[in-house]
Amino acid sequence: MPDLSIEFCGIKSPNPFWLASAPPTNSAYQVARAFDAGWGGAVWKTIGEPIVNVSSRYSAVHYANQRVMGLNNIELITDRPLADNLREIADIKKRYPNHALLVSLMVESKREAWHDIVKRTEDTGCDGLELNFGCPHGMSERGMGSAVGQVPEYACQITEWVKEVATTPVMVKLTPNVTDIRYIARAAVRGGADALSLINTINSITGIDLDTFVPRPAVRGQSSHGGYCGPAVKPIALNMVHQVAADEQAPRRVPLSGIGGIQSWSDAVEFMLLGATSVQVCTAVMHYGFRIVAGMIEGMANWMREKGFTSTRDFIGKSLPRVTDWGNLDLNYAITAQIDQRLCIHCGLCYIACEDGCHQSIRMEKRNGTNHYEVIADKCVGCNMCMLVCPVEGCITMQERSGDKPVMSWNQYQKLLAEGRIAPIAPPAHV
Amino acid sequence: MSLHPTRLNAEQLAQNFADLAPRYTHNEALLEAARCLFCYDAPCTRACPTGIEVPKFIRQILERHVAGAGHTILSANIFGGTCARACPTAVLCEGACVLNQLNDKPIQIGRLQRYATDYVMERRLHFFTAGQPLGKKVAVIGAGPAGLSCAHELVKLGIQAVVYEASEYAGGLNTSGIAAYKVNTEFALAEVEYVRQIGIPIHFNTPVGRDLPVSRLLQEYDAVFLGVGLGKTASLGIEGEDLSGSFEALDFIMSTRLRRLEECVVGENVVVIGAGNTAIDVATAARRLGAEQVTIVYRRGEAEMPAFAYEYELAKSDGVQFRWHTLPRRIVGANGQVTGVECVKVQPGAKGERLQEIPGTLHTLACDMVVAALGQDALYDLYRTIPNLEMAGKRVVVDSATGATSVPGLFAGGDCVNGGREVVDAVQMGKIAAHGILQYLNSRQPAH
Repeated sequence: MPDLSIEFCGIKSPNPFWLASAPPTNSAYQVARAFDAGWGGAVWKTIGEPIVNVSSRYSAVHYANQRVMGLNNIELITDRPLADNLREIADIKKRYPNHALLVSLMVESKREAWHDIVKRTEDTGCDGLELNFGCPHGMSERGMGSAVGQVPEYACQITEWVKEVATTPVMVKLTPNVTDIRYIARAAVRGGADALSLINTINSITGIDLDTFVPRPAVRGQSSHGGYCGPAVKPIALNMVHQVAADEQAPRRVPLSGIGGIQSWSDAVEFMLLGATSVQVCTAVMHYGFRIVAGMIEGMANWMREKGFTSTRDFIGKSLPRVTDWGNLDLNYAITAQIDQRLCIHCGLCYIACEDGCHQSIRMEKRNGTNHYEVIADKCVGCNMCMLVCPVEGCITMQERSGDKPVMSWNQYQKLLAEGRIAPIAPPAHV
Repeated sequence: MSLHPTRLNAEQLAQNFADLAPRYTHNEALLEAARCLFCYDAPCTRACPTGIEVPKFIRQILERHVAGAGHTILSANIFGGTCARACPTAVLCEGACVLNQLNDKPIQIGRLQRYATDYVMERRLHFFTAGQPLGKKVAVIGAGPAGLSCAHELVKLGIQAVVYEASEYAGGLNTSGIAAYKVNTEFALAEVEYVRQIGIPIHFNTPVGRDLPVSRLLQEYDAVFLGVGLGKTASLGIEGEDLSGSFEALDFIMSTRLRRLEECVVGENVVVIGAGNTAIDVATAARRLGAEQVTIVYRRGEAEMPAFAYEYELAKSDGVQFRWHTLPRRIVGANGQVTGVECVKVQPGAKGERLQEIPGTLHTLACDMVVAALGQDALYDLYRTIPNLEMAGKRVVVDSATGATSVPGLFAGGDCVNGGREVVDAVQMGKIAAHGILQYLNSRQPAH
């Protein structure tokens, strides 16, 4: 069995799968159930001055027959008394000493308030703190959450206040609701953050009821912007994790905890390949319950075995060198689509995608009442849209036809052009 | 012993004749619609004789625009409701579904079509209106699917259509000739009313022929569409057909459609002669009416059976027995009542020769009811009254692109042309003829 354990700025966890600070980590009852199900760690739902919630408070984006592609919430931080939370956190840490237990915090932007909550929280014996600088709704109107996380100076300042008294690792949770997440990441690290977690939810309006004209979730005829999460946000989260992990101007390297649409072992591996040490999950648990972690553990272990990895350290960050600027990509690399006629079911989706949306490189022929589709190799630009829409896995593949041209990136091309050593590349003749 | 009405009670009968494939619930429809790939130049559409844009209407269901889905269907096929129930989808749209090739169940197009058309019918959503009047009148003979589809299309094109119907009800075989667990009579009649709503007068109990010759209609109208079906089931031509308890298939099916099921007469031991789709309808209907035993007797083998494979499966699951290579020689009886069918085993003769009886195989299948389901005869009596009407055997000959017959101004479509096929074929031929008629009228009177 490969070793799935991780060490995250000194915090040990039997596996990288943590519950994100969210409704599933609202109580000792839930966290105990989660740990029993196999979760390696949890970030306790944000504690602070208890609030009052509204109903309804969640809404979802369904696609075709797939439910909850995206989830939106206008729920705030904990609505339970601070004392209850702290007592339960202490209890859980005692019962599960080998699991990672962090606590998410959010209080008013006052030094004393932060000092107070940090001390009282650490008294529980928890393993670390997560500063919630990300909540995009409700709390931000009160000057907390993303109101802090969107201003580098505030993020830095509050992290400093926390670090003045904290004895456990401090992780700052970043909001994606900014133009460049790296500025906030750098500020938090400058402020002393030991780790970063990202992303928090994305500001959103998920949809509108066409009968009542009220956006969802509806609260007596009105709604509010909420935080978007779930499978739909994964690509955005992956990119932001990469941006932070690869940031050359970062004051120093800190461990990252990846969050955003993680549903399966492979989602988690992707975040880790881009530099995350742990991953945090919420929506998938809200959709399917804690039991999904079993597949995540088994799937990751199997993948590691197949790849010959014995420890999570073997692959964390392994994809980082594979992401580069567009200007470094090879202009001379060429691929062409190929349709395996034995697998083709003649649905015509490749044809119409190419014809209307792409580069008119697929030919349709009627043969004995069946439509046959064939790639016109010398017109195909290798965009691979046809492969993306083909419902039969493996039917359309991309074949390399680079030939013996040397690797030449845009940056190299510009240089060679300027030096007069190369003629301009002719535009494609596909129109 | 004479035949008596079924002994099953109304509740049992209602259960037996309930929809084979009940209407999808909202959830079921969405679930199924979500599976559709939205093919380009879709094989299902190409397989539909009326060319319904199947992927379009399924996507409309998925997008919760069910009325739009209904509109898409009915634009191509105004009898989309009956076709959703009665079409042999397994050999048409669903048979062509690309998911079959993925080793997956095809999209249940018929049931989705029913979901959409029921929605439209129940809400009485009318999408079609009479076109700008062209000042032309066309007589339509026969109020079956071919005639009414032609009339509906003509009215849309601005041409007045008047229908002449020999019987007292409209809908043709939709109303009387399809097994009741596929299409119920109330639905068929409601659909006829829905189609007529565009403005189609029907003269009931008005047979065209001797008293009202086609030639007179051709004089009084600008054109005539012949949408008559076929006549009686072909006779067995054997001794005993006149015995009490001997029936012909369509009369038997009609009784299950136009009478209360409790009043339908059925034997305890029924022999059905023939193995086409109608024979299957008869056999399953007899079982569902309470017959203890139903046996289909067919002179050829299983492989030659004209019934669709899924109809055969249905009959088998209903407990119908099959006797292959068995030729009925005479119906035997006592006191004027059927008591059995005397049969002989046969084998195929040498190439081109008739079936050969196998000596020593004469036997009698005991029964109290015999139903002949040999296919229908043509309405020769009517055709003989139409001078210069070109026929090919039992069929009226038409130009397939326009529906024009050999008689100027006379168009035809449906069973009388194709010899008896599906509702969907009749609907399409009616549509084609309507456009052929418009073309004909335009050519006679150049635009001014």
